[in-house]
Amino acid sequence: MDLTELTVHELQEKLKNKEINVSDITKAYISRIDEKEKDVQAFVTVLKEEALKKSEEVQAQFDNRENNALAGIPIGIKDNINTKGIRTTCSSKMLENFISPYNATVIEKINEENMITLGKLNMDEFAMGASTEYSYFKKTKNPWNLSRVPGGSSGGSAAAVAANMVPFALGSDTGGSIRQPAAFCGVVGLKPTYGLVSRYGLVAFASSLDQIGPITKDVKDCAILLNVIAGHDEKDTTSANIEKKDYTKALKNDVKGLKIGVPKEFLGEGINEEVKSRILEAIEEYKKLGAIVEECSLDIAKYALASYYIIACAEASSNLGRFDGIRYGYRSKNFNNIKELYKNSRSEGFGEEVKRRIILGTYVLSSGYYDAYYKKAQQVRTLVKQEFEKCFNKYDVILTPTSPTVAFEFGSKSNNPLEMYMADICTVSVNIAGVPAISIPCGVDSNGMPVGLQLIGNNFAEETILNAAYTFEQQFKFREKYKPEFKI
Amino acid sequence: MQVSKEEILHIANLANLNIKEEEIEKYKTNLEEILNFANIVNNAPIDGLNETITANDSYNVFRKDEVKKFEDREALLQNAPEKERRMFKIPKVM
Amino acid sequence: MLNDYEVVIGLEVHAELSTKTKIFCSCPTTFGAEPNTQTCPVCMAMPGALPVLNEKVVEYAVKAGLATNCSISRNCKNDRKNYFYPDLPKAYQISQFDKPLCENGEIEIELENGEKKKIGITRIHIEEDAGKLNHDEFDGNCLVDLNRAGVPLIEIVSEPDLRSAKEAESYLRKIKSILEYIEVSDCKMQEGSLRADVNVSVRKKGAKEFGTRTEMKNMNSFRSIVRAIEYEAERQVQEIEKGNKISQETLRWDDVSGRTFSMRDKEDAQDYRYFPEPDLVAIRLSEEYIQNIKDNLPELPESRKERYLNEYKLSEKDARLLTASKYLSDLFEGALAICGNAKLVANWLLSDISRILNEKELEPDQIPFGEKELAKLIILIDNGTISSAIAKKVVEELFENPKDPEEIIKEKGWIQISDESAIKEVVLKVLANNEQSIIDYKAGKDRALGFLVGQAMKETKGKANPQMLNKMFLEELNK
Repeated sequence: MDLTELTVHELQEKLKNKEINVSDITKAYISRIDEKEKDVQAFVTVLKEEALKKSEEVQAQFDNRENNALAGIPIGIKDNINTKGIRTTCSSKMLENFISPYNATVIEKINEENMITLGKLNMDEFAMGASTEYSYFKKTKNPWNLSRVPGGSSGGSAAAVAANMVPFALGSDTGGSIRQPAAFCGVVGLKPTYGLVSRYGLVAFASSLDQIGPITKDVKDCAILLNVIAGHDEKDTTSANIEKKDYTKALKNDVKGLKIGVPKEFLGEGINEEVKSRILEAIEEYKKLGAIVEECSLDIAKYALASYYIIACAEASSNLGRFDGIRYGYRSKNFNNIKELYKNSRSEGFGEEVKRRIILGTYVLSSGYYDAYYKKAQQVRTLVKQEFEKCFNKYDVILTPTSPTVAFEFGSKSNNPLEMYMADICTVSVNIAGVPAISIPCGVDSNGMPVGLQLIGNNFAEETILNAAYTFEQQFKFREKYKPEFKI
Repeated sequence: MQVSKEEILHIANLANLNIKEEEIEKYKTNLEEILNFANIVNNAPIDGLNETITANDSYNVFRKDEVKKFEDREALLQNAPEKERRMFKIPKVM
Repeated sequence: MLNDYEVVIGLEVHAELSTKTKIFCSCPTTFGAEPNTQTCPVCMAMPGALPVLNEKVVEYAVKAGLATNCSISRNCKNDRKNYFYPDLPKAYQISQFDKPLCENGEIEIELENGEKKKIGITRIHIEEDAGKLNHDEFDGNCLVDLNRAGVPLIEIVSEPDLRSAKEAESYLRKIKSILEYIEVSDCKMQEGSLRADVNVSVRKKGAKEFGTRTEMKNMNSFRSIVRAIEYEAERQVQEIEKGNKISQETLRWDDVSGRTFSMRDKEDAQDYRYFPEPDLVAIRLSEEYIQNIKDNLPELPESRKERYLNEYKLSEKDARLLTASKYLSDLFEGALAICGNAKLVANWLLSDISRILNEKELEPDQIPFGEKELAKLIILIDNGTISSAIAKKVVEELFENPKDPEEIIKEKGWIQISDESAIKEVVLKVLANNEQSIIDYKAGKDRALGFLVGQAMKETKGKANPQMLNKMFLEELNK
């Protein structure tokens, strides 16, 4: 039996029944990484020795203790989440050698559970991108077809989960960076409600949009990991002070009477026909399961995308000012004064896409343009929130494709920034509104590439979308039907 | 939406980024294209709407005025490209 | 020429708040610690760290607003002010842009001729201080210390209502005194916890439009502020008279040469790209919160002054001078509580002690001794242990080597001679040596008595009790 094939809840079952040891799991994953990493290239840093040592320690404790739900379960971490004493690079030359002095709050929570960090996962530089092609270090491949991108920016996280190199992973989602790579790689990805998970220690891209969330093999694992990371944090004032929940209890495998709205604008122009077919089939499946599915209107996607790029770039231009070559990070060897130190360090340390977004963000905030762009974008944000509220007055869940296409070929969009931005059209509205959304696989296209289904819920209604996703998953059994083939 | 070469250079200077002569045209085209798209916000039905700053509407989240020292002070300095007497070393500033 | 012009001055005063911790993290704010020891991921701007607002900062700023008659915003927010400087680790300062905590206030200052003038306060907002750049004397490089980065500040912006360097000085003294009274800032200018950006312009008398202003940043002594304003106003007038235009720019005041210098590359024109801080949520202040602060506001200088007039019967001038500085006023009340002689304490504080402060260019908070020492001094004068001549010497000594005045006079052998036989001996000796004075006195020249007493004081090195000397000389002369 290959342990890396199993979900986390299956591993938990085996641990509970003493069929396996904690250290067996880590060992299995390390040999899987040894086997597949050369093809997939998902990791920036692999923590083999550390993981093995920790798994033995945990094993020793585990033998003498009541079953601790997640002790000894490995996890992969997107490389923009601070891990004390471990490189945290954001896949940028700027932070190539940055050893973080502190742990993100989510890492503290993972450590409290005695989970085992297997490594830090590749991403688009500073989470800016939709293909992971903008990583300074390497291009992560899609395990379903190695000539295609894994999506992004959490491409390393999604690819590692799909390739069974980690049982689950943490990603971050600013405009779709968890859901779109999850869709491209045929795994489950959840962007929680803004404020449900602490952002403390997540290297900021766009502070008002960023959320950390799980990327997992199935919906139950997603609920399990959300249980660990959700919760109020006094170090993040935007973190919501709400009651702790057990999300696994929400998985009822029942959607009878659930009201699902399908906005026609998300199934129109620009959506690939095969993607559309899979989504329509999924809708039929939901109807069979007893859900009430209706067409509705949510005509805000383009406004949301435009406002997303204004807000995200504006915040990023400010958030990335701290990378100045003084206290940490890349410093150019070539300078005669402080201005040159700044300019050369930043110009040599940041990649092109990051610079492009900093320039766009600086532009829209600069004097004379603020009112035309930033202020308008913030008003659009109010509009998007209101439109979502209207929808949620009528429906429990909004159903859309996660991405207009399946995973694309390397290089096919990386030279056209605007086209790359359009890939986010289905996901960004969710970040603009702050609401939660999950992507689950709902089939494959004629090339065998996975298609992702997005279920959007109202604020803090993670339980509703997790149950809707779980019910579909139990019926559809994607994991039994399809497996990544590492096609070349 | 037209962006001038001077504007690009001014913005790059504000952001402390160098743009090489041969890159200006590319940045200019990219920026114009994205701005043209972003201009959609000007057609949105947003008259009279307030601005949303953060995705949630909480307010008054404060911290008590109590000292908590960060334990690992050395780790805060370990990434410094250049340091001297516990300080970050940089070229002369006016 | 200068007389044809009017100077227009506005001040932006920055005061560090005396909270225990920084504005957005729990690091201590103690002054003078070893470099980069009062830092954490937040104030060092490590990637991923987030700010959390200190509740005391809001409270202190509201206090300052109420004490300067501002209206307090019920709804406000923080904004980012973006610019690169090595002392600003995030490359943005969290400040407040279009919705400050306090707006539209005013305070009253007293002019030299005794008249009162109202000075408008445009706004007061909260923000974070920057770190410190130390210049390395050996290789010309700079070293960045971030202990001060994130120390809370309030910025108090005045209307351009000030019309002379003296007015600017009394405005700043008044602000300092108010902040000290409400105990939100220690206002130690020498430590940089109170500093001002000074905006100066000139215009022809009677002109309606303001002239173009220049700004001098981070001024931290009254003396240099006065000198800088005077210099800058005169420079501007001369430029205008020469037919030149004043350019709006930031200047650096050099205290040594007594001149201002242009500071910035024109090319680097600032564009701060303010936008709302997404890492912090809105601030909403309830009526109840504001009322509660109002109800608990400490006594302000005006009401203390009234009390001094009524309770201690001090003169208007003495009461004003004493209450101008909270430190001086607290010292007065502290000493008074011990010795019980208001007039005498006030006199000594406002004469000899103030004179020494002036000579040494010190502020009252730099008086090296406390209320106990001062009270002891007054008691020693009051009970005749020392004469006022000795007391003056004790005060001098207290500034050099602060300790119990009783010990000082013992050590120095300055105890007043009040022993009758000893005094009689001196009196007889002086009389024997000054026959002419006796003749003069008997001829009706009263001044001769003063001379004789003076001689006796000289003989005893000032230690003889002057009242007893007087009395005994009269007895002898009238025999």
